Amino acid sequence: MSNRILDGYDPQAFFCEMLGGADNAPVRQRLADLSIEALQNRATSAEAELYNLGITFTVYSDKNAIDRILPFDVIPRVLSRSEFAHIEAGVIQRVTALNLLLHDIYHDQKILKDGVIPDALILGNGQYQPLMQGLDLPHSTYVHICGTDIIRDDKGAFLVLEDNARTPSGVSYVIENRHMMMRSFSDLMAGIGVRPIDDYGQNLLRALRETAPPDIDDPRVVLLSPGTYNSAYFEHVFLAREMGVPLVEGRDLTVKEDTVYVRTTRGLARVDSIYRRIGDDFLDPEAFNPDSMLGVPGLMRAYKAGRVSLANAIGTGVADDKAVYAYMPRVIKYYLDQEPILPNVQTNICREPEGLRYTLDHLRELVVKPVAESGGYGIMIGPKASEAELAECRAKLIEDPANYISQPTIQLSVSPTLVEGEVSPRHVDLRPFAITGAKTWVLPGGLTRVALRKGSLVVNSSQGGGSKDTWVLE
Amino acid sequence: MSDTLLSRYAECIFWLARYVERAENLARILDVNETFARDRSGEHNWLPIVQLNADETRFFARHQTATSQAVLQFYVTDADNPTSIVSAVKGARENARTLRPLISTEMWVHLNKFHSRMTTLRMETFGPGQLTGLFSEIKEACQTHVGITEGTFYRDQGWYFSQIGRYLERADQTTRLLDIKYHSLLPSVSDVGSPIDASQWNALLRSAAGYHAFLRMHSSGLTPGKVAGFLLLNRRFPRSVYLCIRQVETLLTELKSRYMLRGGSRAAETLDSLRAVMGSRSIQSILAQGLHEFLDGTQRHLISVTNEIASDFFSQLPETAEMDEPVPVRTVGGAQSQVQVLGR
Repeated sequence: MSNRILDGYDPQAFFCEMLGGADNAPVRQRLADLSIEALQNRATSAEAELYNLGITFTVYSDKNAIDRILPFDVIPRVLSRSEFAHIEAGVIQRVTALNLLLHDIYHDQKILKDGVIPDALILGNGQYQPLMQGLDLPHSTYVHICGTDIIRDDKGAFLVLEDNARTPSGVSYVIENRHMMMRSFSDLMAGIGVRPIDDYGQNLLRALRETAPPDIDDPRVVLLSPGTYNSAYFEHVFLAREMGVPLVEGRDLTVKEDTVYVRTTRGLARVDSIYRRIGDDFLDPEAFNPDSMLGVPGLMRAYKAGRVSLANAIGTGVADDKAVYAYMPRVIKYYLDQEPILPNVQTNICREPEGLRYTLDHLRELVVKPVAESGGYGIMIGPKASEAELAECRAKLIEDPANYISQPTIQLSVSPTLVEGEVSPRHVDLRPFAITGAKTWVLPGGLTRVALRKGSLVVNSSQGGGSKDTWVLE
Repeated sequence: MSDTLLSRYAECIFWLARYVERAENLARILDVNETFARDRSGEHNWLPIVQLNADETRFFARHQTATSQAVLQFYVTDADNPTSIVSAVKGARENARTLRPLISTEMWVHLNKFHSRMTTLRMETFGPGQLTGLFSEIKEACQTHVGITEGTFYRDQGWYFSQIGRYLERADQTTRLLDIKYHSLLPSVSDVGSPIDASQWNALLRSAAGYHAFLRMHSSGLTPGKVAGFLLLNRRFPRSVYLCIRQVETLLTELKSRYMLRGGSRAAETLDSLRAVMGSRSIQSILAQGLHEFLDGTQRHLISVTNEIASDFFSQLPETAEMDEPVPVRTVGGAQSQVQVLGR
């Protein structure tokens, strides 16, 4: 008799997404009936299918373009109905606060005047866009699409690690992973009662239409992509298809008299709402980076004139900054008079004397992050640092405390994962996707990223991360 | 946007269809040469293939002699040769990648798999008896694309541009095939009628899949003039130049009226005059005045049609586009210029 999947699986001291909770029992039972060999065979054929479907991101070397798939683990991550209800409420609260914060920052700046967030953190932030000042947006929605990175600690509590309020990516993998599971593991899913996720595209389109300029009856929506050589091009295609809207590049658009048009075989056609997958700096060479070949000259003029909508809005990066993240519990309290439903990871703000003192006293236990960087650069992990690294970090903290926050190291939860013919615990996180037009809707589940390397906490696809299908039980 | 089509998409779908058609025609030519064409010493004669594509300079920069191995490698798997099958398939796949939001998933998956297959091919693994199998596979992959397109691609403007591209390419390929073959097969008048010659003319017809159709129409026998007339002027043979031009003309007229497009008038005029000339000439009069000159003129007109369609529908600034002079060189599609972007 061959090995069963969960035989000998040991999550050690970590919280396990599969073993923790009675609601997962039916899924555990089905998995227990499968052999590792059968699982491996099906995983291999599922992977071949991903290549054929071209569900790939492209890595460019000197001469060749190499298509890679995002590694996919076939053992799903399961969330109970109540767990997801909690996440959903927390994400909606958080996105609501982010939109209120951005509206305030770009209008009266009450939160600054009331001293809740230091002025310098906002006005001195590279992501703050002065041209947004005073611009009214339909439904005051700035963050139409938000990805909230959530982790789970050793007690199973959900904590927010990061807000992604610019152009969060990964939702295509959520839906393609589900499609693949439905094709390859329909027996595993049948009768379990997994909430469907097929309506993401329609919800996104609805939000983009709701936030189009209000005087337009039947708004024309397009998705603006940097083009086929962007590593996320597959996702851009996916979303354009799911919404049934054209995928355009900057060269397809032109601006005349503050109105945006797309070039068609019949001539120019007006565009009202743009889901842009291009960063602020590259959107309009007239307003931002003059060297940008990706953008549309004059787009900002049309935007400022209220003749076109952009999702997400310009200048949302100021709200998902690591420095502002630390203030999010206070931001939620300030605008909504509520406690955060999903707490932050405990964060020490080194700009504040108390936070700096605590950080210096506990340096060996903490992760110290510079606030301006993104993508994991310049992070000091106390428990793994040498004496010299600790000393260097200490000196930097004292020299420029405002540039740093610190957090305790968190024991991320694990999920059983098929690696090299064995099922072993691997660390996971969760990125739910929230769409906001007139109101906020959260896709059931989200992207579960898994660190495939043993012991690794890094789930990024560029650093050995993969993904799993995320099941929310009905 | 349900009844509009992005200019860039129109260009990509036009070229996608052309590249697939081009790959199929190349496979036909190579297959038939491999199977039938032998010169008097019994050796495969591969030089006409190189001449057919006007690739002498590039080919001989890379290979000393036109051996079967060198020519097959050059035209099947050499990704650095823009006129190879693998380059055509790559062009088709790159355009398909751009068109993912427009085309069906089945079209994309098939081209993606076809492309993977072509890029992993190694010619040296195919022995002489296995080449026909390879060319059949390539032809069938191209025909599968056409079939999937027929069965899954939504019939709006994009469909028209795809069909126009396919028939324009096919017309062009048939003129080239006829041009080079006719002259290489007619070294002198006295050769006509010799046994080797008959097999060569068979080969020419077979490469265009026209052998049996020709025999049905011309039971009295095979002459060079009849073969040329069949490939050039036949009203019902799907690869004849005349039929392809008629198709393009009909498609363009329908496209313009159904979608109320302003552009395309000059292309329609060019097609009209081209069809009128072909409809009124006999093959005897064409041969008497010079087949090569006639084919050359036809190719120039086809290039004009492409340029006129491009400037009216694909151009980034349709409202300011001026008529381009016909350029008597192989037109390179959107995807190949994108490939160059990759190298930046």
